[in-house]
Amino acid sequence: MLIFEHSRPGRRAPSLAPATAAAVDDIPAEFLRDQPPALPEVSEMQTVRHYTRLSQKNFSIDTQFYPLGSCTMKYNPRACNSLAMLPGFLARHPLAPASAGQGVLACLYELQEMLKDITGMQAVSLTPAAGAQGEFAGVAMIRAYHLARDDQARNEILVPDAAHGTNPATATMCGYQVKEIPTDKQGDVDIEALRAAVGPQTAGIMLTNPSTLGVFERRIKEIAQIVHQAGGLLYYDGANLNAILGKVRPGDMGFDVIHMNLHKTFSTPHGGGGPGAGPVGVSNRLEPFLPVPLVAYDGDEYRWITQQERPQSIGRLSAFMGNVGVLLRAYVYARLLGREGMHRVAEFATLNANYLMKRLQAAGFDLAYPQRRATHEFIVTLKRQAKQQGVTAMDFAKRLLDFGYHAPTTYFPLLVPECLLIEPTETEAREELDGFVEAMCQIQQEAQSHPELLHEAPHTQPVRRLDEVRAARELDVRWNPGA
Amino acid sequence: MPFVPHTEQDIREMLAVIGVESIEDLFDEIPPELRCGKLAKVPAGLSEQAVTRLMSRRAAADGEPLCFIGAGAYEHHIPAAVWQIVTRGEFYSAYTPYQAEASQGTLQLIYEFQSMMTALMAMDVANASLYDGASALAEGILMAVRSNRKSKSQRILLPRNAHPAYRSTAQAIVSSQNIELIEVAYDEAGGHTALESLAAHDGEDIAAVVIQQPNFFGVLEEVDSITDWAHSNGALVIAVVNPVAMALLKPPGRWGAAGADIVVGEGQPLGVPLSSGGPYFGFMCARQQFVRQMPGRIVGRTVDRDGRVGYTLTLQAREQHIRRSKATSNICTNQGLLVTAATIHTALLGGEGLRRVALASHANTRALVDRLCSEHLQPRFNRPFFHEAVISSALPLPRLLRPLYAHNLQPGYELEQDYPELADCLLVCATETKTEEDLDLYQGHMARVIEKQTTAGCPVQPKMA
Repeated sequence: MLIFEHSRPGRRAPSLAPATAAAVDDIPAEFLRDQPPALPEVSEMQTVRHYTRLSQKNFSIDTQFYPLGSCTMKYNPRACNSLAMLPGFLARHPLAPASAGQGVLACLYELQEMLKDITGMQAVSLTPAAGAQGEFAGVAMIRAYHLARDDQARNEILVPDAAHGTNPATATMCGYQVKEIPTDKQGDVDIEALRAAVGPQTAGIMLTNPSTLGVFERRIKEIAQIVHQAGGLLYYDGANLNAILGKVRPGDMGFDVIHMNLHKTFSTPHGGGGPGAGPVGVSNRLEPFLPVPLVAYDGDEYRWITQQERPQSIGRLSAFMGNVGVLLRAYVYARLLGREGMHRVAEFATLNANYLMKRLQAAGFDLAYPQRRATHEFIVTLKRQAKQQGVTAMDFAKRLLDFGYHAPTTYFPLLVPECLLIEPTETEAREELDGFVEAMCQIQQEAQSHPELLHEAPHTQPVRRLDEVRAARELDVRWNPGA
Repeated sequence: MPFVPHTEQDIREMLAVIGVESIEDLFDEIPPELRCGKLAKVPAGLSEQAVTRLMSRRAAADGEPLCFIGAGAYEHHIPAAVWQIVTRGEFYSAYTPYQAEASQGTLQLIYEFQSMMTALMAMDVANASLYDGASALAEGILMAVRSNRKSKSQRILLPRNAHPAYRSTAQAIVSSQNIELIEVAYDEAGGHTALESLAAHDGEDIAAVVIQQPNFFGVLEEVDSITDWAHSNGALVIAVVNPVAMALLKPPGRWGAAGADIVVGEGQPLGVPLSSGGPYFGFMCARQQFVRQMPGRIVGRTVDRDGRVGYTLTLQAREQHIRRSKATSNICTNQGLLVTAATIHTALLGGEGLRRVALASHANTRALVDRLCSEHLQPRFNRPFFHEAVISSALPLPRLLRPLYAHNLQPGYELEQDYPELADCLLVCATETKTEEDLDLYQGHMARVIEKQTTAGCPVQPKMA
């Protein structure tokens, strides 16, 4: 039932709205609305009950193991939320003077400094609102760099075929052509193909390392050399930074610009699809182009750095400072972890992934890259099951929901047929991983004995499999009782 | 070890299953020369109690001032229920609803949000959010250029009285696609976009015209005549609106003869705290015919195998994870949790509650302007306004304002930094959160400052006319 269906004409929650004159006498009628909007008229309790019940129709980290590959669904510490929502932080207007924001600016500045150290970059801008906006900022800086050198011929960005869809979409948004680079059998970038692809038209390459295949790109230094020699720059997609936190830094690998997903690596909540935060870090040569605002500290006072001080900046990406509340959560997380905790993130994310991988392998599942070490995630391919038993990765994914596990990422990366990309994260206990293995084994048995259990899964959720074709063909995207 | 549950025994046994000696062995594919050292700039970890003390001190340092700044971010009362529900783990810690059957809560909520936004804007379709109002305008411009079949142009008319940060954000995001943003001057006396300044572009090939209602100065635009002008010139209309204002003002779908084509704006006034500028959320609505050109997630209603109603992400072929370099935008993560807040907030207030918020905000700003205006302070523009207004000072503005800050009062936004022609002009906003006492306090402080600065012997003299 929709909130609109609880509505009755004239029902109100009067204590929530101000008492005021019923009409306005100094705005001419031509500017005014002549009919009230068709919004719900419900009581406070109806609203609370409705949305509480809706929340119970979700899987979440707080309620389920959520091994969604490439998304780093680790525990979101509650302290991060409550401390970012202290009244002093919430009440501060974005255009209030910096002198009335020294508390929040101190947190942002220290976060900037920590992120520089963690990534090995020279400078960091916190302002991008999410990973894709960080990517946009990164590629826009690459473009600005080449143009500032009057190097106008570079119109191409290289993207490995295993990359996230945001990489090619971003390159296009920045006005570039996209050239895909194939992956070799071991899951590394095909170096010979890369050599053949670079040239005076190469603006840069966008790489994720560890890649979306769940393996570390071993020849990264060689890749950096090839691209740099061609005059291109290296962009690091930080989607998988959790795998290497405190172990190896993108700056040391030769990257010129990176973005981080704080909603992954720094455990800020995913919120059902955001908000994220996608800070960018750069090497010296790209620093002048960083998006504004940045936070500066002169030893006495924190202040904003704006476009006036950075005339070569690619500009601003949102009206104010990006997702400050998310940055505060990440800051609290970083302070709780500290240096030692930071190192342990990658260690235990990797331990959990390799343990889960070995156990699934021992249980008879096929790995996409059995000869490789898992990073913080790994890929199981169900190609054999699809051929022999007619059950797909989608069937497995939906059946897992019945066992109380969120499905791993399915059908991504596109290179591996019938794949499950599995990322357990460091915050899961061993027994949770063991439970997942048991569920996978049982589903495997069902695939042989009762495949329809998989085809028709899920059986225990609020709805069964949905008709997505109908959703697209008979588009219904709003409550419209008159229609 | 914060947030890592492993015991020593777990570690030992897990390593044995993997077949390695130590955790360190798991990193043996990373070339040793790349391995990093200690993270010297990351301090040692703190206990939750210690971090709580640190953050409480910092939050308290930022205070809770009496704030009369608007300029794109507005203080409104947020019912207690909103964030108590938003921060339930089932909403807070869920991912983008790719597994529809296990995400019906988030999906239905987004469908309700889309329904609320289309109702408020009088438009056909809405998406599930963009980052903020400014980046939503950039996406709206890109969408207009893709959608306008009548025009081959990449030129957009963008009024100078639209939010300055929105204009610079749009510039930063669309410039690499060779889109040209052409500034339209505002009327000197009224602060609105006069039809005469658009007339200079009569007959030109223009992809779209942006109209912000109310505009950055709080002034109401003649949206009907601008919309009709744009359409008669083959241009689309991109409306930038405040959602609370739309409970009172004519919604974009009813502008002119045909209505606006694309509507974007900042959703923050619907239940999102000021929080130094974010996270907020951008919203976008459009006419049905442009739905396949929209960026971002869209939720559709459908049925499951048993014919039960359910909700799912739809038209995903527009998006980056399917269409890659041919996607309508690179956006992936959006502002889901803020949409959750806005949906609950809007349900609690309803159309009448939002209208009251709009009315009270307008009345308070009107009252504030009346109180402040005197011999030395005058309204800068002579047109109707919503809940913000520009006040022009005959005295140098910074010297009037500095003493007010010392009283923990944030008097408004100084326009000179964005509009050199509006030196000594202050944009003020008094939402429904301000009481008579608050307005009295502001008036009293301002009167005393003016008195001090204009009494004999004071070095500050009124400017020459």
